[in-house]
Parts: sequence; structure tokens; C-alpha cells
Amino acid sequence: MSQLDINNMKNPKRAKYWWTFAAVTAFMAILYYIAFTETRLGAQRSIWESGPLLQRFFWDPFFMPEIHAKIPDYFGYMIETVAIAYAGTLMGAILAIPVGFLAAQNVGGHFSFIGKGVLNAVRAFPEILFAIIFVAAVGMGPFAGVLAISINSIGMLGKLYAEVIESIDMEIISTLKATGASKLQVLVYGVIPQVLPEFSSYALYRYEIDVRSSSVLGIVGAGGIGAPLILAANNRSFEEVGMMLFIIVLTVTVIDLISTNIRKRLV
Amino acid sequence: MIQFRNVSLTYPNGHKGLKNINLEIKDGEFVVIVGLSGAGKSTLIRSINQMVKPTDGELLIDGENTLKFSDRRLRSFRRNIGMIFQNYNLVKRSSVLRNVLAGRLGHTGTLRSIFSLFSQEDVKLALNSLDRVGIAEKAYIRADQLSGGQQQRVSIARALTQKPKLILADEPVASLDPPTSHAVMKDLKRINKEDNITMVVNLHAIDLSMQYADRIIGLRNGEVVFDGPASSVSEQTFEDIYGRPIKEDDLVGDVSNE
Amino acid sequence: MVARSKKTTWWVTYQMNKEKRVPIIPAKQKLMALVILAIVISLYYLASIVTNSSPARLINGIPHIFEFVFVDLIPPNWSYYSRVLPPLLETWNIALLATSLAVIFCLPISFLAAGNINKKAWFYQTVRFLLNVLRTIPDMILAVMFVAMVGIGALAGVYALFFFSLGILVKLVSETVEAIDPGPLEAIRATGGNIFQVVWFGALPQILPQYVSYSLYVLEINVRASLVLGFVGAGGIGLILRQQMSLFNYGNIAMIIFITFIMVTIIDTVSTSLRKRLV
Repeated sequence: MSQLDINNMKNPKRAKYWWTFAAVTAFMAILYYIAFTETRLGAQRSIWESGPLLQRFFWDPFFMPEIHAKIPDYFGYMIETVAIAYAGTLMGAILAIPVGFLAAQNVGGHFSFIGKGVLNAVRAFPEILFAIIFVAAVGMGPFAGVLAISINSIGMLGKLYAEVIESIDMEIISTLKATGASKLQVLVYGVIPQVLPEFSSYALYRYEIDVRSSSVLGIVGAGGIGAPLILAANNRSFEEVGMMLFIIVLTVTVIDLISTNIRKRLV
Repeated sequence: MIQFRNVSLTYPNGHKGLKNINLEIKDGEFVVIVGLSGAGKSTLIRSINQMVKPTDGELLIDGENTLKFSDRRLRSFRRNIGMIFQNYNLVKRSSVLRNVLAGRLGHTGTLRSIFSLFSQEDVKLALNSLDRVGIAEKAYIRADQLSGGQQQRVSIARALTQKPKLILADEPVASLDPPTSHAVMKDLKRINKEDNITMVVNLHAIDLSMQYADRIIGLRNGEVVFDGPASSVSEQTFEDIYGRPIKEDDLVGDVSNE
Repeated sequence: MVARSKKTTWWVTYQMNKEKRVPIIPAKQKLMALVILAIVISLYYLASIVTNSSPARLINGIPHIFEFVFVDLIPPNWSYYSRVLPPLLETWNIALLATSLAVIFCLPISFLAAGNINKKAWFYQTVRFLLNVLRTIPDMILAVMFVAMVGIGALAGVYALFFFSLGILVKLVSETVEAIDPGPLEAIRATGGNIFQVVWFGALPQILPQYVSYSLYVLEINVRASLVLGFVGAGGIGLILRQQMSLFNYGNIAMIIFITFIMVTIIDTVSTSLRKRLV
């Protein structure tokens, strides 16, 4: 009797597996049904006829003197974009430090859930909505962009900082306390050397993200290259859009390369 | 002079770390505390500078009951006690010199220390401490680039820089290989003799204890089960303290060429 | 006179000891740290001039922001919700469809972009390069391009987010593929399996949990990105948001922001808890 009945073997997990599979499939089917019936997905032009358009985006801009003449202007806007990201990230990175400490379990203690809650709420809020609010509050221009970028950076950096702080070696803290050091001295000699490289590395990483974000903030009026870009697109002047896109890609790539290089040395 | 009078320590979870300890440690003594892990060695040593605070009894140091100290008084009291750990507890990314200077933090104003404005005397004291453990040339190297033995020497130098009257060492050689263990123990012994600094050291290795201690205190389950000069100790004594026969793990081995 | 002579003595001792001073931080390191600090600060100074965002203005701006939020935005126009829900559903649908397409198409591309599967160096490098370029293009610019190509509407949004999320997803998945255990792959190669069999039986089972997890993560990103597509005519809630902004209808804007925030939070929470179970 102890022999296995090879012809009638059953996988005990099979039933549960199929139920899960069926439920997920049904749920997805409903979602897709809604998606295809409720949203008009018609095209005004077939995407396969975009050949000439793509040429206007990616080829023509490099051979038109009137576009070349505008390149210095575009670089000016790009510098503004990079500056918005820089000012925003630096503000955010500095303000994220106290928030991060508050949100870290081993420092904030019972209060850490307050810090974590604030950070979660900030991160749930899309950046562009912040930009919209700030444009309405302080007026159009790069200043609103800086505010939007810094608030969103606090959300992400605060969380990452809190994780770094939670992972520090607490033994060193008690060692320094055992030599009679004050709280501030423990912070400067025990905590900061342990967290500073990670803090700077994350801030740089966030800067890479923020350069990308700030290049579209102009669409809602928050400064940078996004403003002339959307204007050119509305005028169907795609050669200009193409050139600006080229400048954005170039700048973002260069900044990514530099930043990755510095980050490798930091940690 | 350190006096334990009926000192007990109960952890918040109800575990009794120390039970009614009565001890007297004289200035300049080299005391080794032995016992199995969990016997309360670490608790005993950490209660002296109140990294864990005894719940009952009196702990007198130079006649003062330290358990009654305010936070402020406790800080200035801790300045004079050096401490050495199994894992060295150095700030790995800081230079060796900065780690050693941490021993002067208790003596330096907070504002001055934040801007690294240690007095030249302190810096020279730190370098001198490093020199005494034989690694002055490593002063500007990052601590994580040193070997385990060298890192433990840095932590001894940090303790020395405090100009302490007492050094507590909690399993200082448990992470080190036999030759390095002997070298570190010799450093501690030399400092004990030269500066007349009281040493209280936790060890689990029997041969090291017998070789370097003036006096051995045996703990089991939070109680003192043996207290006597090292010369009076035999392997039988250890079997009594441990409550089991001695194993090869209890020895680090002798290194004759060291 | 006494005070002055004291000062002089101090100065003289200082000068005498100066050469023997032992530094705590070597001069070279100190200089380096100062140079870095100076660069960071002067760049900030320049950036704050370019963006007209001096710290003083930041501090002065805070009351304006509070006033705007608590006077203009609050209370939201609650009855406006019936106009918000249909475009919000469209926003979600754009994100869902774009993510689905990206999830399907990313798989073959991820294997081409993984060094341990695609052994042809030139081909691998070309794929990586193209993906790197794709990832530097902001989502909104893709939206602008696709609106130009297929016209205003949700379809342009789906295309834009498809390409946008494809870049992210391929990077994440191909990194997972590169980290897999090579043993099973070799075992299947050894039994004479072709490249598809190696991928299907050797690589796919190993990456499946991460693959699903990253897909959900990209869905979260796409939901956020889809909110503003309407600003450039690529469908979704952005369109009415822009209308209401140009009318300065702050009660309605607050309602849009409020409902959007709730939707994003719900999707994030569900997706995060699913992802936690997966990996």
C-alpha cells in the first residue's frame, strides 16, 4: 500500500493555484474591458504615416540655419532648468536631514511614525501637482519650480535618509557616550561620519531625477526649457522641439555620467 | 577603588543579570573576569560605567555611590573610564587620529569639538597614545583600512587618550587570532604596569586569563563563584567556575615566539 | 599695557609653535573639503540667481503658499466630482494599457539587453545605448511627439507612456536577468536546448517574481505620469486641470487634486502590498 499510485498523483497545491489564477484573470479581464470600452483610442492619423514627422523631429533640425541660430537661447533655458533642479535638490537635501532623523526609528523613537507619515503623504503627491499649486501661489516662473522640486525631494530623500540612519552602528554611539561625550559630540563624531557619504550619494542620485523633472515643469508654467518647448509644439514647429529634445538628452546624459562617477567614489 | 555592595541587576524582561554582587577592586589591579557566555561578565563590566544600570545595591567608586549620579555628573565621571570592546567600535570612515581624539571629547567643549578645534596638547597626547601601542604612523589612515589587531590597538589608544584611572575591556581579543591576542593582552598589561591604570577585563580564554591576570573573578548565572589571585588558580578552578570539563575552545594556545 | 603684552606673548608662543603644530586633518584633505564646499555653495548661489529663488524669497514665500492653500484651495468644490471621475478613469486606463504593452514588449528586449544571454558584444552594446537614450527623454516630451503623430487623444498618451515605461522596465528586468544563477542555463544548454528553451525553462522561472513586482512598480510610475498628459493633449485628467487653471477656478482645482491624490494613494497602497508579498 505504501507504493505511490503513479497514475493518480495529485498536486495538493493545484486547486488553490487555479483559484488564484482564475480570480486574477477575471479581475484583469474586467479592467481591460473597462479600458477598451470607456476610453476612445482612435487615432486621427495612423502612426505608420509619421515618417516625415520623425524626420522633422530628429533630422531636419541639424541642417536648418534658423534653428542653429536659436541654440544659444535653448541652452539658456537648459541652464535655467539645471539651476532649478540644483537649487531644488539642495534645499530638499538639507531639509530632508531633520525630517529623516525624525522618521528614523532609532532616533525619533515613538515619534518616527509621524515623520514617516508625513514623508509617505508627500511622496504620494505627484510632483507636477505641487508645481501647479506653487505656480498658483507664487506666480509663474522658475521659483515655483524650485519649490516643487525641493518638496518632492524631501519626500524621497527623507525616506532614504531615515533608512541610512536606521542602519548605522549603534555600538559606536554607546562607545562615545561611555567616554563622556555630549549628545552633540556623539552626533558629530559618531553619526555624521557614518551617514554623510550615503546622504551625499542619494542627493546626487536625486539630482539626476530632478533634472529630468524640471525639464518638463515649464509645461505648467514653473520655468525651465519646458515652456518654450510646449510653445513650439503648439505652433507645430517640430524642428524646434527636436532641437530642444536633443539638448535635453545631451545635458541629462552628461549630468548622469558626472554624477554616477562621483557617486562611485563616495560610497 | 571600586566597591560593589549587594549590587543586583534585573533586566526589564525579568532576566536577572547580576545577583547580589559584593566585590572590591583596588587601584592598579589587573582583574580578569571569567565565566561562560551569559554568565553576566559583560553586565558586570558595563555596570561599572553604567552602560547598563544596576537596579539594586550600591556601587562606590573612590567612596562615592555612582548609582545616584545625575546625567551631568555621570558624563564627567565616564570621562575617566576607558572602554575597549570586542568589535573595536571605531568610526570606520574616520581617520585613526580622529577616532583616538574621540577620547578627548568629554574634556573638550562641545562647540570646539564640532569644529575639530582640539588643543595641540590633546593632539600630541593622541599621537603619543598611538605611539605607545606602536601604530603612530597610521594616524592619518582611515580606520577601516587597518587589520583587526591594529583596530583594537586604535581603540586602546582611544581609551589611553582619556587619561583614565580605569580601563574596562569587554572581550577585547575574542575576534583576534592567537598571536594578535597575546600582543593586545601584553599592551594592556604594560599600560597597567606603567601608568598604574586599573584594568577590568572579560575573557573566556583560560590560558590568557592565567597568564596576564593579577586576580581572577569567576561568574556563573550572575553570581560570583570564585575570587582569588591568579597564582592560586588551576584548571580545576575553571572547571568549577564553568561547571563542566575544559574544552579545547577554552584556550587560545601559547605562542612562544611572540 | 598689561593686556597688550599678554596678547603679544600669546602671539609669540603661537608663532613659535606654529611650525610644530600637528594637524588633525592633513592639509590636502582639508583643502579638498573646503574646495568641494565652496563649489557646492557657489553653484547654489548661481542657481538661486538664475531661478530668482534666494533663501529670503523662500522664507517670504511660505505665508503666500499657506494663504493660497487655506484660503483659495480650501474648501474644494465637492459637487465637481462628477466632472472629475470620467477623465480620471481615462487617466487610469491610459496608465493600465501603456503598462500592459510595456510588460509584454519588455521581455524579449530585456533578454537582448542582458549580457549573460545576449553574448554578441556589439548587439548588446547597441541595445544598451538605445535604451539609455530612450530613458533620458522626459515622458511629457514623448507625449508632445505622439500627439503630433497620431493626434490629440488618449492614444497618444498610451504610446508616450508605453515608450517611457519600456525604458525603465527593460533596465530593471535586464539587471535581474544579469543577476540570475547561471547553473540552470548551462544545464539546459548542455541538454542541447536552443536559446528560446534556455530562456523559457532556465531564465524565466528565476526572474518571474521580480518581473511581476517591477511591472506593478512601473504601473505606479505611469499613474503619476498620466495625470499631466492632458496638458499637452494626450488625454486624461490633465485636460480639465489645465482648463480650470486658466479659469482660476481654485475650488475645482482643489477637488481635482484631492480626488487624484486619493486615487494615487489607493493604487500605491494596493500595488506596494502586492509587491511585498511577491519578493
